[in-house]
Amino acid sequence: MKKDLLLFTVFSIFIMLAPQLFSGGYLMNVLVFVGINTMLAIALNLLLGYAGQISLGHAGFFGLGAYLSGILTTTYSLNPWIAMPAAAIAVGFLAGIIGFPILKLKGHYLAMATLGLGIIIFIVFNETIELTGGPSGLPGIPNLELAGIIFDSDVKNYYLIWGFTLAVMLFSLNLSNSRIGRSLRAIHDSEVAAQVLGVNARLLKVQIFALSAVISSLAGSLYAHTMTFVSPASFGFNFSIELLTMVVIGGLGSIYGSFLGATLLTLLPEFLRAAHDYDIIIYGGLLMLMVMYMPGGLVRGIPVLFRKIVKKKGES
Amino acid sequence: MNVKVMHFVIAAVSLLLSVNAFAAAPIKIGALFAVTGPAAFLGEPERNSAKMVIDEINKAGGVKGHKLELVAYDTAGDATKAVQLATKLIKDDKVVAIIGPSTTGETMAVIPVAEKEQIPLISCSAGSKITDPVKKWVFKTAQNDSLAVGKIFEYLQKAKQTNVSILTVSDGFGASGREQLKNQAGKYGITIVSDDTYGPKDTDMTAQLTKIRGSHAQAIICWGTNPGPAVIAKNARQLGIKTPLFMSHGVSSKKFIELAGEAAEGIKLPSGKVVVADILPNSDQQKKSLMAFVKDYQKHYKAEGDHFGGHAWDAVMLIRNAIDNGADTSASIRDQLEKTRGFAGIGGSFNYSAQDHAGLGKDAFVLVEIKNKDWVIVK
Amino acid sequence: MQFDQILQYVLSGLSTGAIYALIGIGFSIIYNATGIINFAQGEFVMLGGLLTLSCLELLKLPLWAAIPCAIAVSTVVGILFERLAIRPLKQPTPINLVIITIGGSILIRGLAMLVWGKDTHAIPPFSGDTPIAIGGATILPQHLWILAITLLIIVINKVYFYHTISGKAMRACSYNRRAAGLVGIDVRRMVLFSFIISSAMGAVAGIIVAPLTMTAYDVGVMLGLKGFCAAIIGGMSSGISTVIGGLILGVLESLGAGLISSGYKDAIAFIILLLILFIRPQGLFGKADSERV
Repeated sequence: MKKDLLLFTVFSIFIMLAPQLFSGGYLMNVLVFVGINTMLAIALNLLLGYAGQISLGHAGFFGLGAYLSGILTTTYSLNPWIAMPAAAIAVGFLAGIIGFPILKLKGHYLAMATLGLGIIIFIVFNETIELTGGPSGLPGIPNLELAGIIFDSDVKNYYLIWGFTLAVMLFSLNLSNSRIGRSLRAIHDSEVAAQVLGVNARLLKVQIFALSAVISSLAGSLYAHTMTFVSPASFGFNFSIELLTMVVIGGLGSIYGSFLGATLLTLLPEFLRAAHDYDIIIYGGLLMLMVMYMPGGLVRGIPVLFRKIVKKKGES
Repeated sequence: MNVKVMHFVIAAVSLLLSVNAFAAAPIKIGALFAVTGPAAFLGEPERNSAKMVIDEINKAGGVKGHKLELVAYDTAGDATKAVQLATKLIKDDKVVAIIGPSTTGETMAVIPVAEKEQIPLISCSAGSKITDPVKKWVFKTAQNDSLAVGKIFEYLQKAKQTNVSILTVSDGFGASGREQLKNQAGKYGITIVSDDTYGPKDTDMTAQLTKIRGSHAQAIICWGTNPGPAVIAKNARQLGIKTPLFMSHGVSSKKFIELAGEAAEGIKLPSGKVVVADILPNSDQQKKSLMAFVKDYQKHYKAEGDHFGGHAWDAVMLIRNAIDNGADTSASIRDQLEKTRGFAGIGGSFNYSAQDHAGLGKDAFVLVEIKNKDWVIVK
Repeated sequence: MQFDQILQYVLSGLSTGAIYALIGIGFSIIYNATGIINFAQGEFVMLGGLLTLSCLELLKLPLWAAIPCAIAVSTVVGILFERLAIRPLKQPTPINLVIITIGGSILIRGLAMLVWGKDTHAIPPFSGDTPIAIGGATILPQHLWILAITLLIIVINKVYFYHTISGKAMRACSYNRRAAGLVGIDVRRMVLFSFIISSAMGAVAGIIVAPLTMTAYDVGVMLGLKGFCAAIIGGMSSGISTVIGGLILGVLESLGAGLISSGYKDAIAFIILLLILFIRPQGLFGKADSERV
């Protein structure tokens, strides 16, 4: 427990000092997105890694948060600080209602249902043109403002987003060490056994689904206020898959793993940009190699790799 | 006295040296094109054309001694990426101006960045709202959708075919077209009797067309980009629909004729003049630019240049002309752009002003018909 | 609402649905033999169409020779995929398998983009494109090809799974892989077989649909998704119920577009799908211990 807190403190200090290391420029902008994606990956990881329930539609919740925030602050000129929690509550409520029938499903049926849900949400963004602006998007979303500081630059947004991300991380770390976390892992291993031991599996699954949706919605709101523009294309099926990939590549059931996965998959396209049309091939190939040679994800694979290197050095 | 002269000489020499050093440094122009992804049909010819024209300019010795350097990134048609890459162009690559992005959605996302960082942005996408209202740093080279819509409606009004069905693709291009079709119908006395959409990846539109067949429309207007409209043309032929079919400028390339085959015969569409460059009268002021563009594109890429590529060609040329007129910073390029008058490019004849950053008139489009697998100008 | 209009919706829906069904069966065969949901299934549909194009235009083969050639090459890709990606996997958990097939599909799509470019390509229909009138509705000769070939494939499947040794062995794998291994069935070989069959079927689907819908490097994504839906509605069967699943999906889309709203047609199809799943969590035709082959 103490070790966990120490690790988190060191991690937080590292994150807060990072802008000093990589002074300004475009990289700051990428790191803002690493923060948003980390938040999303953690949200999905709570559901997939802890409760063992797959979702192929999380981009939908992310998009709902972004659009609700966007619409409330532009069309209804609400203060962003009120719009954000309002969006999160609405999304959490929706997820709670849908959660009951959807989480009754198992395995690939659950995958299918969440995928369908994501696609339906995407179509609604596209078609309700009066509300969302349709495929051309919704411009003019205001930046967040706190104590006279307007969050309109990459550096300011970095601290804003990472402040939220670290809070979500701390919350999730505590959650996984709590009674709820243990119950969740019990469901993951065997739902029947967990139920026999007195865990209300169904309710808990729905609760974690709603929580996951709330965090995704929050990330969506932050995204909307950082970008000041949203369009449906950012919340499609592909992004749901990308989130899933972040969680798995990072390491299922590990909060720091989600951070590693989100970091890798957000930075990777930046490095591959030089490869032009070959980038998609390298991306696909890397994904396959990662699963083949680091099946437990980065968070478990890196220490193994490290030990191997140390061992080799010791031998020679 | 002597000292003063010395000072003067030193100052003059150092000024001269600095000017020379400055002349040697290339001017960096940024570009954001959707080279991959769903809008690759726009991004790829745009990137190719921009590269081509910058090579040609540099081969001819550059502009006022400056070489131009293109820094082009692929946005994959994603607004988030477009914004990130716009930031990268401005902060890391330190470009003086940005060409693109390819789609209206991406452009709308990038506009706040360009406005804040005060970098001129010349968008290659068609949405009217990009320059309406006018934004200080934002220009565009693609013809407004409203001009294309006007061209079709003018024809229909003359032909007294006033009941029309519209079938638009549910992406940015189609949504913008649909909005313009609905907005302008009244002005031309046209009634829209049915309004349907289809998905960009849909493979069968017979359901929508069956519905349209039942609506007694006198004309069908379809707004989309390949391959959807080709599928629609084939589906309409299968259903035996005899109602005249109109397409948008989104399919004004030989590719559409190739894909739709027989079904393309008789379809009319508004198009940039590039597809009919060779049959334009010599009096057309764009003819010289058009022929040069078509010839160069054929030489470089062994393919037919289309008007999407033309948008990027125009954008590069506009910046070139601005630099030629003495501009060397972002701010002065912007000011010179706004002074552009009578530049006969690929998309049309450009006249920018403080009130108009789109710069094109109705003559940017011609209505063409597909006959014997080729284009014919409809008089 | 006139009768011939409805008839047209249904006929259009059936022919689209038949394609979904073929792709769906490909999903099911691999799923049953291996427990993998192969997200790369759609890419074989794309390969079928584009390889036929290359055989026709580059090798100048006649259509009857180009088609088997395209199927053969797609199948080789399927074999390579299984050998290089699936078999060496150290921890084949379902979620790792999902990611690896997603990686594979991105890789195959990327390679196809390099080989064939980003343009859409047209392929000539098998036997002309003179519309055929049925009642007040019209279909194309290609639609008949699609329906006939789908039917043929179902029959071949039936024969294979019930009347050949390897087919029966594959069915045994789908019931219980360990038990199948214990009675002497080479399970790994069956996995390879399942990839061969489903990549070939995906390619067939891609070839017969290409003359209607045209083809490009990225057509596999959407078609794969729809095929996946068909398989789910059909309860992951490789027989008639997935076909029915595909046809239901196709007809729903077509009726939704024609009668309710074309913009929401996919949403309508998915809402009905969700409702089906909510009412019958085991799929439309799934029984607790249903036969899955």
